[in-house]
Amino acid sequence: MGRTLSEKVWDEHVVRSNEGEPDLLYIDLHLIHEVTSPQAFDGLRLAGRTVRRPDLTLATEDHNVPTIDWDKPIADPVSKTQVDTLRRNTEEFGVRLHPLGDIEQGIVHIIGPQLGLTQPGMTIVCGDSHTSTHGAFGAIAFGIGTSEVEHVLATQTLMQAKPKTMSVTINGSLPPGVTAKDMVLTLIAHTGTGGGQGYIVEYRGQAIEELSMEGRMTVCNMSIEWGAKAGLIAPDQTTFDYIEGRPEAPKGADWDAAVAHWKSLVTDDDAVFDEEIVLDASEMTPFVTWGTNPGQGVPLGGAVPFPEQFEDDQDRIAAENALRYMGLEAGTPMREVKVDTVFIGSCTNGRIEDLRLAAEILEGHKVDPNTRLLVVPGSVRVRLQAQEEGLDVIFKEAGAEWRGAGCSMCLGMNPDTLEPGERSASTSNRNFEGRQGKGGRTHLVSVPVAAATAIRGTLSSPADLEPALTSTGS
Amino acid sequence: MDKFTTHTGVGVPLRRSNVDTDQIIPAVYLKRVTRAGFEDGLFAAWRNDPTFVLNNEAYAAGSVLVAGPDFGTGSSREHAVWALQNYGFKAVISPRFGDIFRGNSGKAGLVAAQVDEKVVQRLWDHLEEHPGATVTVDLESRTVRAGEGVDAIEDSFDIDDYTRWRLLEGLDDIGITLGNEADISSYEQTRPRWKPATIHAS
Ligand code: SF4
Repeated sequence: MGRTLSEKVWDEHVVRSNEGEPDLLYIDLHLIHEVTSPQAFDGLRLAGRTVRRPDLTLATEDHNVPTIDWDKPIADPVSKTQVDTLRRNTEEFGVRLHPLGDIEQGIVHIIGPQLGLTQPGMTIVCGDSHTSTHGAFGAIAFGIGTSEVEHVLATQTLMQAKPKTMSVTINGSLPPGVTAKDMVLTLIAHTGTGGGQGYIVEYRGQAIEELSMEGRMTVCNMSIEWGAKAGLIAPDQTTFDYIEGRPEAPKGADWDAAVAHWKSLVTDDDAVFDEEIVLDASEMTPFVTWGTNPGQGVPLGGAVPFPEQFEDDQDRIAAENALRYMGLEAGTPMREVKVDTVFIGSCTNGRIEDLRLAAEILEGHKVDPNTRLLVVPGSVRVRLQAQEEGLDVIFKEAGAEWRGAGCSMCLGMNPDTLEPGERSASTSNRNFEGRQGKGGRTHLVSVPVAAATAIRGTLSSPADLEPALTSTGS
Repeated sequence: MDKFTTHTGVGVPLRRSNVDTDQIIPAVYLKRVTRAGFEDGLFAAWRNDPTFVLNNEAYAAGSVLVAGPDFGTGSSREHAVWALQNYGFKAVISPRFGDIFRGNSGKAGLVAAQVDEKVVQRLWDHLEEHPGATVTVDLESRTVRAGEGVDAIEDSFDIDDYTRWRLLEGLDDIGITLGNEADISSYEQTRPRWKPATIHAS
């Protein structure tokens, strides 16, 4: 019988396999950041262990770094301690670090692909659940806890039970204005937050193949939001074109050998998945969340649901709690929900294509006077590229705040947070209670919806906008 | 790591599903660089609410948490496990756990016991009727027990064999893996040369 893509990648990394034990899996790339690594390095020191493969390890500072005044010392003493600890640890153990101020600094899941370190057929881990992002390249990539970070540092391996496999086939093409983000939000609303539990998921079908690499990263990024262990997409010409020429991509004869191997990384025709889901992209529309988990979403054209609609007791109680927390009335059209803050950024939607799309919509418009718009590039390279293209000027002219690279308001560990009761439309991935600041209320949205919402001050899509003021004279 | 065979302690009924790790410990509490002291952050958003279960004297010294389905979903932060342990929890019972949380629990020595949803309902009812009642989590026989006589609750729970063995023996994962160092070295010999590296020999 044939094998699925994820089985092929898995099998290539098994160091040791015994009946009744998890497999010992080799890790090709280990990414590290300041929040989940200090205790792991501490553990190594206590046990007198070293980092086995510093050359397969990369660190950056992203979760709690400031996005303004990044050239000054970090003001928050606790954040500073974490960042300083990372600097000390990487220095002591010989790990490459891209610190604040470095041109390669940025969100850990943005810089891996950007450097060309993320490649098909790899195993990639990081002490961060959105490591699933790297699956877009046909890699098995997943988040791990700090004990596992320590395990990978010490051994370059992980003990892992082989997950079941699932395919999500998305047929048809996305209608204009509907993005990868809407696709994945629709999927999560369909499956619920636990639907992918225990599975490595392969996304396939025409709509997936038609996505750019950045769109594929958005989809894989949110795999964890429906509980999947990892999500991946078979590498194809789009993948190879994206990687070729990047700093850490294979070169010359190595490139040819790598591509030849990568082309074998597809699910065999006679392979069988443990579970299958099929969706149709052509029916998808801009999608937004109303609740406090990413599965609580509806089309933008819909309304806040009535809790009684949910048959399952738990779902109904969850909906009641969510509406109370979110300060929403059942039956309110989503388009009437007023938003205080719009956040464009994060490892879900903080790449250059996202910023281009946002700028295209914002150009010639002004941000609503009662709304603030924060645009936070995912990496320094993304920021510089955007500035080279003049996108920053468009953002600033529209009245947005243009920031430095980092996770920022995605999780509010740095000073970029919501006030209690403040409502945001956010291109990030989690709308949990308090995620963006204590008492903050988050609606997850796509980039076009975020940009249009900033202009109108209520949840909107670009189709709701008046035509932009065009410059006169030409 | 300490060995875990069986534990009996005050059961805490947490009548909530989908308790994600941001709820267990919000991000603002993650800034410490040690493994201790996270108990203040545990369920921080709910602790201000006087009706929250841990604010009830009877449950305050709880060590067995009984939660609804999808406990520990979301972020990979192992701090969620440490916060529960720092507070004094030895075991969490739920019909379904977030994958990463369950893995982290096993590594850190917190028992994540997966039981049928009906068992959770019965435990909730029992613990609410008898605040301060104890629950036993017996890893050896894989059973949870509570109550006495006709109302006694006893049922089996799921935990994977390997994690159970490690918890029973109190074994450190890294030590086990380094015992297979030769396998790792020989695997490394077979890796293709075009695989990327972050540091290059100059
Ligand atoms: S942007 Fe948000 S989701 Fe992504 S790594 Fe940072 S905190 Fe995590």
